[in-house]
Amino acid sequence: MSSQANGAVALRIEDLHKSFGKLEVLRGIDLEVDEHEVVGLIGASGSGKSTLLRCVNLLEPIDRGRILIEGDEITARGVDVNRIRQRIGIVFQAFNLFPHMSVIRNVTLGPIEALGASRGQAEGLATELLERFGLADKRDDYPDRLSGGQQQRVAIVRALAMKPDVVLLDEVTSALDPELVAEVLNVIRELAAGGMTMVIATHEMGFARDIANRVCFLDDGVILEQGPPDRIFTAPEQERTQRFLQSIIDAGRM
Amino acid sequence: MALTPQGAPAPATGLPGGPPLPEGDRGSKILGPLRAEGARGVVIAVVSTLVFFSVLVLVVVNSSGWPLIKESFFDGEVFAEAFPKVLEKFWRNVFIFCVAEVFVLIVAMIIAVLRSLSGPVFTPLRVLAAAYTDLFRAVPTILVIALLGFGAPALQIKGVPRSDVFWAIVALVLVYSAYVAEVYRAGIESVHPSQVASARALGLSRRKTLRFVVIPQAVRRVIPPLLNDFIGLQKDSALVAFLGYREALRESQIIQAEHFDFTPYVALALVYVVITIPQARFVDWLVARDRRRRQVGATL
Repeated sequence: MSSQANGAVALRIEDLHKSFGKLEVLRGIDLEVDEHEVVGLIGASGSGKSTLLRCVNLLEPIDRGRILIEGDEITARGVDVNRIRQRIGIVFQAFNLFPHMSVIRNVTLGPIEALGASRGQAEGLATELLERFGLADKRDDYPDRLSGGQQQRVAIVRALAMKPDVVLLDEVTSALDPELVAEVLNVIRELAAGGMTMVIATHEMGFARDIANRVCFLDDGVILEQGPPDRIFTAPEQERTQRFLQSIIDAGRM
Repeated sequence: MALTPQGAPAPATGLPGGPPLPEGDRGSKILGPLRAEGARGVVIAVVSTLVFFSVLVLVVVNSSGWPLIKESFFDGEVFAEAFPKVLEKFWRNVFIFCVAEVFVLIVAMIIAVLRSLSGPVFTPLRVLAAAYTDLFRAVPTILVIALLGFGAPALQIKGVPRSDVFWAIVALVLVYSAYVAEVYRAGIESVHPSQVASARALGLSRRKTLRFVVIPQAVRRVIPPLLNDFIGLQKDSALVAFLGYREALRESQIIQAEHFDFTPYVALALVYVVITIPQARFVDWLVARDRRRRQVGATL
């Protein structure tokens, strides 16, 4: 959403390493995401997709490498992590809405307390977003009373209310009943159509193929292969990508 | 005497993720079987209960020592004289435990937050908070009251209050804050880390995350053990009598000495029973309601 003049790269990751104890989860990730681009991250569980997204949002400290948002290095020493996180929206698999707050409070907490927006301003924007995603009547409900799909849509609205430069989606449909997946995917489709820069970790291969401008296959902590979805899904070059996609097809998930 | 506050077991049972008070369904268990058995069960229960307690009363009243017991503990005349006097002085206890509770809730929260700070810079504060809770959970309440209530005024330092009530309240606040801090801490630790991640991801500072996301959820979960500790504090307000301060227990002691009769104590016990039992039932109700809500929440 930001339109800085200097170049079209929204997110750049250089040689990113991350270990948990002895376990090396990310072993040198290089990735560039252009403004308005939608990048899909695919790969088996444990391949490092979630960790990568959590590192980009500085929820996990990194061991080596650099991450830049719109040209600003966010992994430099002494940066204000709170300000950086305000520019990066993240939506989690388990929604993580605040259960003690109504929908409108969930959505306005960030803008009011982190960005310093006035209540009126924040509620105006929140109401607009809730209306756009068909949640206007849930405004005063508490998260417990909503379906999983509605909760996840509120979580997306909560991230959007911060007007982020980039939105990270971490397996956002994995915790949903199958019949609720579509409503969430439609929201993401609409965001992509609106030009939102997104990095999407997903198990929904059909969706990744449909929406992503580029798909990256993560394997064992590195991006083994990347390219336009049509090529990755029909003619993968790497043998491991082929095997992964075959296993998805065998499981009847594509 | 209730030297150990009611809520002492709360930190142990209110561990992260666990229900704050597992024994809280006590209330419904008394009546529980009735619902399952229907009308016949109700009749049997009522009749058997009446017969049992009638027999018990008859046995007690007809025992050889009963007239003496009645005279010493249940003297109607002494009761009529003592009850209004004791009740009047009980307002002093009400004042003591209400003022103390307000400070307990604040001081305990500060200690709990200090203890939950992460980062090596805060180690001294964490140590301080831990030492505080250890110390005041170890020392008997009546000893702290004696130390401060007799000790502090004896210093005769200018600017230090000499009122025994003041120091008694300080002592109660010190002791109960240690217990309540543990209750709060259990609540804070029971808030799932993903809630913190979610708030931090919005760009909220640690402080604001604690204030808007962690503490509100933590406090909601520990309301039942907090109330339990408050009941304990109400009872321990009687310890102030030890300083010679004329609150309800001291008053009953005075009347007891005049009449050589223990009925005034019974009168005071009655006052405590009457104010405490409704609160205990209220806690049971809260726990039950909380459990129902959480079960609804768990079906996601």
